[in-house]
Amino acid sequence: MAPPEVFSLSQQTPVTCHAFNADRSQVAVSLNSNEVLIYAREGSDWKHIDTLTEHDKQVTSIDWAPKSNRIVTSAQDRNAYVWQQSPDPQTGHMIWKPTLVLLRVNRAATYVRWSPNEDKFAVASGARAIAICSFDPEGDWWVSRLLKKPIRSTVLSIDWHPNNVLLAAGSAEAKARVFSAYIKDVDKRPAASVWGEKLPFNTICGEYASPSGGWVHDVAFSPSGDVLAFASHDSSISIVYPGGPAVYSIKLSILPLVALTWTNEETVIAAGHDCQPLVFSGNQGGWELVGSLDDPQSNKASGGTRSGLGNASPVGRLNSAAFNTFRNAAERGISNVPGSPTVGSSTESELFTVHQNTITSVRVYDGSPDNVTRVSTSGVDGKLVIWDVSAVTPIGATGLAGKLGKMQLR
Amino acid sequence: MLTPRRASKEVLLHPLTISRNENERVLIEPSINSIRLSIKIKQADEIERILCHKFTRFMMQRAENFIVLRRKPVKGYDISFLITNNHTDVMLKHKIVDFIIQFMEEVDKEISEMKLSLNARARVVAESYLAAVRASSPVI
Repeated sequence: MAPPEVFSLSQQTPVTCHAFNADRSQVAVSLNSNEVLIYAREGSDWKHIDTLTEHDKQVTSIDWAPKSNRIVTSAQDRNAYVWQQSPDPQTGHMIWKPTLVLLRVNRAATYVRWSPNEDKFAVASGARAIAICSFDPEGDWWVSRLLKKPIRSTVLSIDWHPNNVLLAAGSAEAKARVFSAYIKDVDKRPAASVWGEKLPFNTICGEYASPSGGWVHDVAFSPSGDVLAFASHDSSISIVYPGGPAVYSIKLSILPLVALTWTNEETVIAAGHDCQPLVFSGNQGGWELVGSLDDPQSNKASGGTRSGLGNASPVGRLNSAAFNTFRNAAERGISNVPGSPTVGSSTESELFTVHQNTITSVRVYDGSPDNVTRVSTSGVDGKLVIWDVSAVTPIGATGLAGKLGKMQLR
Repeated sequence: MLTPRRASKEVLLHPLTISRNENERVLIEPSINSIRLSIKIKQADEIERILCHKFTRFMMQRAENFIVLRRKPVKGYDISFLITNNHTDVMLKHKIVDFIIQFMEEVDKEISEMKLSLNARARVVAESYLAAVRASSPVI
């Protein structure tokens, strides 16, 4: 049960996204601006070593290819760049060289991910399309093919299947879809999987709606690629078994989850507006919420002076801060006037969770894909946190039944 | 673009109304990058209606000091807040929630205090006026 490693990369600015290099010695982040900052690890601290400036507008997503050591970035200026390290002709230092990608989209690029083989990448965009980019050695640039049908709204997230061909996408029209992103010159014919046998470009292998029509914030394939998980804005997480065909939806009474990742074939870690990473586990028989990687109760105890919220449940504590305010006002006639002796949310400046604001990104930090040992999260509070996956704090059995709706099989 | 255009309905969620009765209600309109929260403050009688109108107008004329406050309320409501993604980027989410709760508590308190002092003032005025009437008129 190692405590999480917490790094404050910025005081007030949000960390839009983060990506580590292969040996985790460097991290590329964007602090809600048009620049990509690269930090190098020095002991227990991160030192700023490089800045990548080519984008005109806010950077929306970064991905660092572990094997080929290339960075791809996407931004609201409708462009994506591939950055490659090469020696400077004058000084001999290694510098990052950008290559523009011909995306052919007319809206912001929202999300970018390298394929597992790193020979292509996918860029999601607000132009109701996903650009699948592959390298054209003749023109010496990255060319794209667009996945358009049947996307009707901004694509918010994408994830690659381990076979390098299938692509999952979650979009603002409350649908998660699985596409084929097969490109003839790059890919070999993929083996048949649970998602289908013949997979020409733009085949739709599956389309799943979120339970109550919320935007699908994040999608992820399981390590084997046979299961799909997605989190949506109706505070639910859904796990899809295409062979089944079963969809397990867990409806939560907490604020929506916006990012998720698989840590092994039977565990998903998801985080979002509730400021803590939650652990879900299950298999084909059913799924449930197991606990949280954060332990607000112990954080609170170490905080010392805090008392009044002792009966607040660890999940949905943000709700209960507001809820307690109203309850105090209604039942005990205590209003939250600043400076009054009551311990209420308005006299608190901190939450009990490690993250102080929405977590926007959860990524694998350590371990093989089917046995991840550590994950990293970053959020609007400017923190980068590395969590030990095994350190799960169970959520009280008493609170569970009341806080969480029954799992539903559709 | 702060509020999404009506053209793209995918980015708007269903608006939500929470009400105790038709005079006290809250309208919440969520969208992908912002949320608009409109409140109808309780107005039991004519005095409260006037006080509420004057007071919210006073606040809304100074809306830029309150950052999330709108200059004009949504039709049918007394006061509107618009919280955008830029606000949530620079401010803590739970603090914004606290601010709105506290702001509305203050508004409620202020209006009831004003009503009390208005009534007290009316009583004093009436008493002194009637005293003058009583002094000048002949005793029957």
